[in-house]
Amino acid sequence: MMRMQPVAEFAGMPIPNGAAPISIELSDTSVTFGRGARAVPALAKTTLRIADGEFVALVGPSGCGKSTILRLVSGLVQPTTGAVIVGGREVAARALRVGMAFQNPTMLPWMTIERNIMLPLKIVEPFRSQFRKLRRTQFRDKANALLEQVGLKGFGTKFPWQLSGGMLQRANLCRALIHEPRMLLLDEPFGALDQFTREELWSILQDLWMLHRPTVLLVTHDLREAAFLAGRICVMSARPGRILDESRVSFSRPRTVAMTFEPDFVALNQKLRAFIVDARTAQQEG
Amino acid sequence: MPNLDLRQKAWSAALIVLFFVAWELFCLTTGMSDLVLPRPSQIFTTLVEKFPILLPHIIQTLATTMLGFVLGVALGVVLGAVIGVSKTAYDTCYPLLVGFSSIPKVAVVPIFVLWFGSGTVPAVLTALSICFFPIVVNIATGLATTEPELEDVLKALGASKFDILWNVGLPRTMPFFFASLKVAISYAFVGAVLSETVASNRGIGNVMMTASSNFNVPLVFAGLFVLAGLGVALYVVFSLIEGRVTGWATRKNDLIVT
Repeated sequence: MMRMQPVAEFAGMPIPNGAAPISIELSDTSVTFGRGARAVPALAKTTLRIADGEFVALVGPSGCGKSTILRLVSGLVQPTTGAVIVGGREVAARALRVGMAFQNPTMLPWMTIERNIMLPLKIVEPFRSQFRKLRRTQFRDKANALLEQVGLKGFGTKFPWQLSGGMLQRANLCRALIHEPRMLLLDEPFGALDQFTREELWSILQDLWMLHRPTVLLVTHDLREAAFLAGRICVMSARPGRILDESRVSFSRPRTVAMTFEPDFVALNQKLRAFIVDARTAQQEG
Repeated sequence: MPNLDLRQKAWSAALIVLFFVAWELFCLTTGMSDLVLPRPSQIFTTLVEKFPILLPHIIQTLATTMLGFVLGVALGVVLGAVIGVSKTAYDTCYPLLVGFSSIPKVAVVPIFVLWFGSGTVPAVLTALSICFFPIVVNIATGLATTEPELEDVLKALGASKFDILWNVGLPRTMPFFFASLKVAISYAFVGAVLSETVASNRGIGNVMMTASSNFNVPLVFAGLFVLAGLGVALYVVFSLIEGRVTGWATRKNDLIVT
């Protein structure tokens, strides 16, 4: 497991400055749902650049459009103004190679865990055309290798109802990664878990990211989670959201739960918290 | 647990036997005329004696039931899939479907007879029209309950509507579908017999009608027994298929019990 060794350059991912290729770019992008009098602005004009292999967290008050950004990047929502460029191309209705995971693991109850994890391989080329041939050999090994990386070795043949919530969420991460996406979009993936399980999964996600190095965009309510995992944290304002602040997180990796109680970490948390409290008050007064 | 299960089955069997014994005794003690209510023993004897004559009619009834059922299922699945995929289609079509389904099906038999003459065709059509509704509703409901998050995950991968329907929607619908098959086969059977009774010269329904007008009451009851037997058999077959195909939907309960 040489690749899992922490590497110095992981500490503090560079903010894109032209040297690193831009993986995700939102330029003056806004989203409004509905039309005319019923129009609801979900996202104010937002500009955001995320480099290839970067880990970015989006935090902000509820309903501020964090999930809208994820849905824009994945192509599930079209921008009302501006553009979304992913991997150098504008996102139209075009299919993207992304992995997604939500709070609800949505494992299909009639399939074993390994078959659930292999589901994206049935959809995405080039795996799709090989699926019938390789599902019992190579693809299955691939699924089980991922399961081993998240500490679920030997659980591939179990059914979803035989696993706990934390285990299902680990399997969910495996499903998001099986087709080797260059981009991982996570929408409060650990929101429904208890504190200890959540902290355990932070480490697992960190290991997975260091191993596979996808570009990650994580939406979360949990500031500790954002500070633990991300290389950069974007704080958003209340609806219609826009990005208020970007903070680089330069703690060395792999980070540990113990580090989250150190003064620097706590200070970062408090700074983020102040932004969100302000945003919420502004919303209530406005 | 199997012990308890066995005891339960023994009680069920005992109740059935008790029912027939009580019936037999009731007829014997009250001296009931067999023109009103024949004894079970008479009915069984008639059944055995007339079986060679009944057999072609049994086959006829079964065939019309199955044909109507298969066509009803095909129609129901297609219609259910179309309605279930789109919320708008679901809301739009639902009132009309409820309207159709609430027509007593005996009332449509004369229309089918008018169009196609008496015999097999109206029986098949009655079976079809009576059995497709539960299938439509169950398929549509199963499809409509697919989790939106999972749909997003797959859409973000570039899955087409068909991919999602095939990999997620339809398998999720299977428990609903097989539960509805059990209901539908019973309905189809009712429809077929109904139509045979009104307008046909073949089938168990017709045998019973003819026997009744000849005051051959034991034969009427023998027909009834045949229908009961067939109905139970069809139900059991589809329950077994359901258990095999969609065991995942009930497996959780098994775990808790054992």
